[in-house]
Formats: sequence, C-alpha cells, structure tokens
Amino acid sequence: MAEVKDSQPLEIQKKEYQKMVQEVQPRPTVGRNVFWAFVVGGLISVLGQLFLNFFQARGLALPEAGAATSTVLVFLAALLTGLGVYDEIAKIAGAGSIVPITGFANSMVAPAMEYRGEGLVLGVGARLFTVAGPVLVFGIVTAWIVAILYYFFR
Amino acid sequence: MKNMIFLKAFLVGGLLCVIAQLLMDLTSHKVTPAHVLVGFVTGGVILSALGLYQPLVNWAGAGATVPLSGFGHLLAQGAIGGVKQKGVLGAFSGGVAATAAGITAAVVFGYLAALAFRPKG
Repeated sequence: MAEVKDSQPLEIQKKEYQKMVQEVQPRPTVGRNVFWAFVVGGLISVLGQLFLNFFQARGLALPEAGAATSTVLVFLAALLTGLGVYDEIAKIAGAGSIVPITGFANSMVAPAMEYRGEGLVLGVGARLFTVAGPVLVFGIVTAWIVAILYYFFR
Repeated sequence: MKNMIFLKAFLVGGLLCVIAQLLMDLTSHKVTPAHVLVGFVTGGVILSALGLYQPLVNWAGAGATVPLSGFGHLLAQGAIGGVKQKGVLGAFSGGVAATAAGITAAVVFGYLAALAFRPKG
C-alpha cells in the first residue's frame, strides 16, 4: 500500500489517498454484493418456480399459472415491505431483491408508506408510481414500438 | 430429472441479479434501483422481440419470468400477439392485457399495504 507523506504537495497526497481508497474499498464489497445478489435473486426465483409448479398442478395453464405466481409474489413482497422485513433483506441482497418482481412491488409500497402523510392522493396514490411509473412508461412504449414494427415488417 | 428446473431457475434468476449488481457497483454513473428496473423491463422487451427471451423462459422457467425482464417479455409477446389478432389496435391493447394481473396486484396490494402499515423509525 502506498504511503502518504505530509511533505508531499496536496495534489499528490490526494492522488495517493484515492489510490489507497481504491485498493482498500471496492473489491471485497463488490464480491460480497454479487454473492448475495446471486443467492437471494436465485432463491426468489426458486420460490416463484414452486408457486408456478403448484398452480400448474392445480390445473392452471402456464400463462395463468404465471399470472397467479406474480400475484402471490407481489402480495408477499407488499406484506414484507409493510412489516419492514423486505428492506432489511434488501440491505444485504442489493440487486437480488430489486430485480425480481418482488422488488417492483417493494418499490411501490415503500415510498407510498413513507409519504402517506401527504394524503391519499398526492401521498399514497402518486408515490406508488415513483419507480413503477418509469417502469411502465419504458416497458409499454418499447413493447408498443416492437408491436408496430412487427405490424409493418412481419 | 424433474427437479432440475429448480436449479436452472436458481442459476438464471441469480445471474440476472448479478448483472444488475455489477451495473450498480462497477459503473461510474449513479445507477439507482429505478434505473435497474427500467433497464431490465426494456431489455426484456427487446430480447423478447428478437426471439431471445422465450428460449431462456423454456430453459429456466421462473428464473426468467420472476425477474423484471420477464415482465418485459410478457409485455412484448402480449403486444405482438395483439397485432396478430387485431392488427394495429392490438399493439395498443395486447401488452397491458398480458401483464394486467401483475400490474393490478401491485397497485391493489401496494395501496392496501401503504394504508395498513407505518414505516419504521
């Protein structure tokens, strides 16, 4: 590790310091983040697969079983967010708890709870879409463009 | 082996999250959860349109449908299916129709949870 001497000009001290920070900080953190993102994201997917199999065994066709699975996962995520459990998981899991549809549900409930004091309309109603709004805008617009292209060039 | 699907779901679901984690940790831009979710939904739509996402769904099941890219896949296939059935009008109705259950569940349960619980601290 590089040593920082008081006698060096400030610029060099700064550079040395940044080098030290880079050496010490990001690597282990990234490794740990990636590990937990993988494990938690994988486990939430496995939970989804369990529900998917369950609903198919109950006689639902695959698309309906998928819709039922999303519904259950969203319900569980909303409940766990309300109880304050989901955000504790998110601290460790990072993207592992953001990317699954449970993370989408969490991104709706958390700000809506937080800003409830601003009223049912501008607090809860509007804040539910803090993140879901952009997701729906970009998802729907892109899917629409794809469908229009398909219409003209199929 | 019937239970292989769980392993595949774990691997693919986990790896998609790893991609997102790397984007958040290793890029110089400030990549927030909102950016991650928007990126995954858009990426899912595009991969689906190119015919690349359905094979992943066939192989990994919920590992590909539970991450938000699977939501994008549903949107794209719904919109394309809409065009097949109804022409241009289907491009407007198909995508949201295919994802209606998830969207409604998120809005309803989200609203109820926000009313029922108080944030900690």
